[in-house]
Amino acid sequence: MHAPPAPTARLPIASDADLAWVRQQVRQAAAGLGFGLVQQTKLVTAASELARNTLVHGGGGHVEMTTLEEGAARGLRLSFVDNGPGIRDVDLAMTDGYTTGGGLGMGLSGAKRLVQEFTLDSRPGEGTTVTVTDWAAGLPSPRTGAP
Amino acid sequence: MSGLPATPASSVPVLALGDVLLVTLQGELHDATAEQLQDHISHRIAHHPVPVGGVVIDISGVEIVDSFLGRILAEIAANARLLATRTVVAGMRPAVAITLVELGLTLPGLVTALDVDRALSLLGRGPGSAAPAHPEGDA
Ligand SMILES: Nc1ncnc2c1ncn2[C@@H]1O[C@H](COP(=O)(O)OP(=O)(O)O)[C@@H](O)[C@H]1O
Ligand SMILES: [Mg+2]
Repeated sequence: MHAPPAPTARLPIASDADLAWVRQQVRQAAAGLGFGLVQQTKLVTAASELARNTLVHGGGGHVEMTTLEEGAARGLRLSFVDNGPGIRDVDLAMTDGYTTGGGLGMGLSGAKRLVQEFTLDSRPGEGTTVTVTDWAAGLPSPRTGAP
Repeated sequence: MSGLPATPASSVPVLALGDVLLVTLQGELHDATAEQLQDHISHRIAHHPVPVGGVVIDISGVEIVDSFLGRILAEIAANARLLATRTVVAGMRPAVAITLVELGLTLPGLVTALDVDRALSLLGRGPGSAAPAHPEGDA
């Protein structure tokens, strides 16, 4: 029998130390699910961009990390949540190079390119939630020492 | 080429290798540390006892470069250029390079080399420095 998927982890995003911690935790979860090195690197990079947006533009928040299992497929879902100012024009925010300050404006659009599934939900004055999901390529590798 | 002691001003070691500054980035880098490093390198270039012949930033120990760190690297190179000093970013991991391109960050202003030795030769330093393999070095 398989163990049930790991429960959802919720990590705070309130400082740049938290950003480093989120990157580490996402890396560990992705590696544990059998993601290849390039896919891990892409997902961790996307997570870094989105977590920094939560911190810098959203005024802080949290990320919810969920392991998914659908048949033989295994995935990782990350939801970045804040109760900040929200995004008034999502299409504009998703444009390469668009920034309301400081950054390169590549975070949102770039993160979308780096993952398999991307959704953005934002309400002006209420906050922003960005959710990304990646699935491990191919079948899970055989586990050594499994009963 | 004797290495001077690491500078404690930032938590990233900046070593003087002859007249070249060698910066080694490793593992998790906090945003504030990266920003301090940027100031620190400019300061070192401006106040070095002898003119700095170049800056090599070794990122072979870095697992991800996002747009924040990418911008810092580009700005370090731009600052150094204004101070008449060339910068070479060495040892980018293939997975990082693939990810940066997909992220949309090609960092056109950055000169790169596969490793530190080749970065040093690009700067006309180090053992295999017969001729810089980069057009930027022609004089
Ligand atoms: N969580 C968020 N809350 C509010 N605004 C956001 C959020 N994430 C992104 N934005 C807006 O979208 C813009 C583009 O984001 P991004 O592509 O990451 O670029 P950058 O962070 O470099 O500005 C930001 O400048 C900001 O205006
Ligand atoms: Mg951003």
